Amino acid sequence: MGPVLAGVLQLLALIAALALAYKPLGTYMAKVYTSDKHWRVEKWIYKGIGADPDTQMRWPAYLRGVLAFSAVGVLFLYLLQRLQGHLPGSLGFAAIDPDQAFNTAASFVSNTNWQSYYGEQAMGHVVQTAGLAVQNFVSAAVGIAVAVALVRGFARSRTGELGNFWSDLVRGVVRILVPLAVVGALVLVACGVIQNFSGIHEVGQFMGGTQQWNGGAVASQEVIKELGTNGGGYFNANSAHPFENPTPFTNLFEIFLILLIPFSITRTFGIMVGSVKQGYAILATMATIWVGFVSLMMWTEFAHHGPAFELANGAMEGKEVRFGIGGSSIFAVSTTLTSTGAVDSFHSSLTGLGGGITMLGMMLGEIAPGGVGSGLYGMLVMAIIAVFIAGLMVGRTPEYLGKKIGSREIKLAACYILITPALVLVFTAFAMALPTPANSMTNSGAHGFSEILYAYTSGANNNGSAFAGLNADTQWFNTTIGLAMLLGRFLPMVFVLALAGSLAEQQPVPATAGTLRTDKPLYTGLLAGTIIIVTGLTYFPALALGPLAEGLA
Amino acid sequence: MNNSVTNTARLLGAGLRALLVLTLVTGVLYPLVVTGIAQGLFHDQANGSEIKADGKVVGSSLIGQAYNLPLKEGQETPAPDLKWFQGRPANGLGTNSVNPQYELILSGATNRSGDNAELIRWVKDAKAAVVKDNSTGTYRVRPSQVPADAVTSSGSGLDPDISPQYADLQVHRVAEKNGLSAGEVRKLVDEHTEGRSLGFMGEPRVNVLELNVALKELAAKS
Repeated sequence: MGPVLAGVLQLLALIAALALAYKPLGTYMAKVYTSDKHWRVEKWIYKGIGADPDTQMRWPAYLRGVLAFSAVGVLFLYLLQRLQGHLPGSLGFAAIDPDQAFNTAASFVSNTNWQSYYGEQAMGHVVQTAGLAVQNFVSAAVGIAVAVALVRGFARSRTGELGNFWSDLVRGVVRILVPLAVVGALVLVACGVIQNFSGIHEVGQFMGGTQQWNGGAVASQEVIKELGTNGGGYFNANSAHPFENPTPFTNLFEIFLILLIPFSITRTFGIMVGSVKQGYAILATMATIWVGFVSLMMWTEFAHHGPAFELANGAMEGKEVRFGIGGSSIFAVSTTLTSTGAVDSFHSSLTGLGGGITMLGMMLGEIAPGGVGSGLYGMLVMAIIAVFIAGLMVGRTPEYLGKKIGSREIKLAACYILITPALVLVFTAFAMALPTPANSMTNSGAHGFSEILYAYTSGANNNGSAFAGLNADTQWFNTTIGLAMLLGRFLPMVFVLALAGSLAEQQPVPATAGTLRTDKPLYTGLLAGTIIIVTGLTYFPALALGPLAEGLA
Repeated sequence: MNNSVTNTARLLGAGLRALLVLTLVTGVLYPLVVTGIAQGLFHDQANGSEIKADGKVVGSSLIGQAYNLPLKEGQETPAPDLKWFQGRPANGLGTNSVNPQYELILSGATNRSGDNAELIRWVKDAKAAVVKDNSTGTYRVRPSQVPADAVTSSGSGLDPDISPQYADLQVHRVAEKNGLSAGEVRKLVDEHTEGRSLGFMGEPRVNVLELNVALKELAAKS
């Protein structure tokens, strides 16, 4: 069997596994967010928080919950890093500098996990396990909560109530993320991912002498890093490090974890709005884009254009032998079409076009299937844009899921899709125009520009992967990328929740013969086309200067 | 005004309490439970899949090592010890720049693009070295035989594996340096070649440390 066929079979196996999990998990998550009953452990937690989980919140209250919880998260994680030198269980590692600590705190709370630090030399057990890994859980749960609030906006009528933020947050952690993480972590350990608290210790070498190894709670962090589409590695090499991703099987398993919730939540959506077919239409759009991107990536990586790769007779730079080109291509696309940003191969050493595919994946807004929660709400905003465009063509007031898309809804949706490109392009323009930021580039020419474009694309879209040749540990990049991550995460959430509130207040409009059927393949095609055109028009000039110039050279 | 300050304080207080409680669940209980089960059920894997030779730990089957001669005076980079099978280049590997009380290995890639001049030079040099080192009196390596993994750095810099093609290429040299027949060494490589998992996952590979441990045993016997 050749490597191309093996790559295709791995893709098919992944699709089969995701299809098997789709119904049970999607249905279960719908139950989690619609059930009236509280588990006993949840009641204890609500008592600890001092919140009543049964109080219904309108959108401003829901948003205040999201922002307060996240603000506290940033501050707590910042202080944890600043105090690392004094914390027991930190291996004697020094405190993190203020600009890097801010960047890292913003990064993990915004579900980005951009890393301007080297995990193995900078972060001790306490910061990794009780700081970074905790945000991996809760930032993911916040994302799902906001998505669920938007879905309730479609599902409910003549009320402004979107549910209770504390209840959605706690249920996401307790009922979905923790149980899946425990099982996944043990699978990873069984395959060789380490899970210990042995700190830094000496291990013998074949040629004599010893080397120093990091121990750590790696498996427990690795699993939520993928499952919560976070992406921040315990080690610098992330999922390319053999202790994070030891075998071809764990590689596929980690991709499966990345895609599991973002795909399955479309069923949760379908059930909650009363039509699983609507969920299938969204799923079909996501899956089409994802499969298309994987195919393109495999094609360009196997073709290995580029002087160094042609000389080497294969694009293996930055890739591991055990994953090969096929496994690495599937991972690279899946991590950038979600908000994950974990890497099992280094994107800066992808072929020119391959690097462009990863960037374009993020620029689509990470909605195919996107981050946990954020993928669904991003896609639903695009769905609103798509029905609006269709409405313009036939001259009818657009509707989606029985709700009128009026000027207020369209304004909020438009703000949502403009925020991220504005952040990416403005910050990139400043970084290129100022004298010093360009000193951080490792590569020159088109690829050097791509390093900076990639950094802000990754930050503002809350991805976290990098063209890691860029030395991002400077005050300029720590600060501006930190801001891009926070604004790119929480401003869109403001618009999503305002939209949800506005939808929930409406009366449903009955479907008529003239209503656009949004559960049909025609609509899936319209939606996919809208996504590609809107993104393409926004980013094409920037892409032409970077990856296209390199790939077509 | 006063009211909104109180409300904000109350909200932030709730946020802090939520964070602390969830930190207890996901940052303390969860990792401890997973560590407990992992150490009980999968003790070897949880501690780094160590390999022993002659009763001594010689590394992990998952972590690639360097098989170099000691650094000579005036040398900047050590020369490979051609007695042993060589792994992939690791130009992205680093050492720690902070917390200098330790000597840590920093995993990482070169992050060089396909048109980067330095990468082109590295690949050229590596290819020339592979051809030269592995050609013996009776066996000539052609540049077209050299597989991509032999001349490129991996993502982690710690890739424990090489492709079976790269292992095959080294058979004659290793046999000669160890006073073994090429047939014996080839058999060893075949025994240590792992196919794709379940026939389709990943790529065929040879674990260099395991191969060298077995080679050492074989050389000691003969």
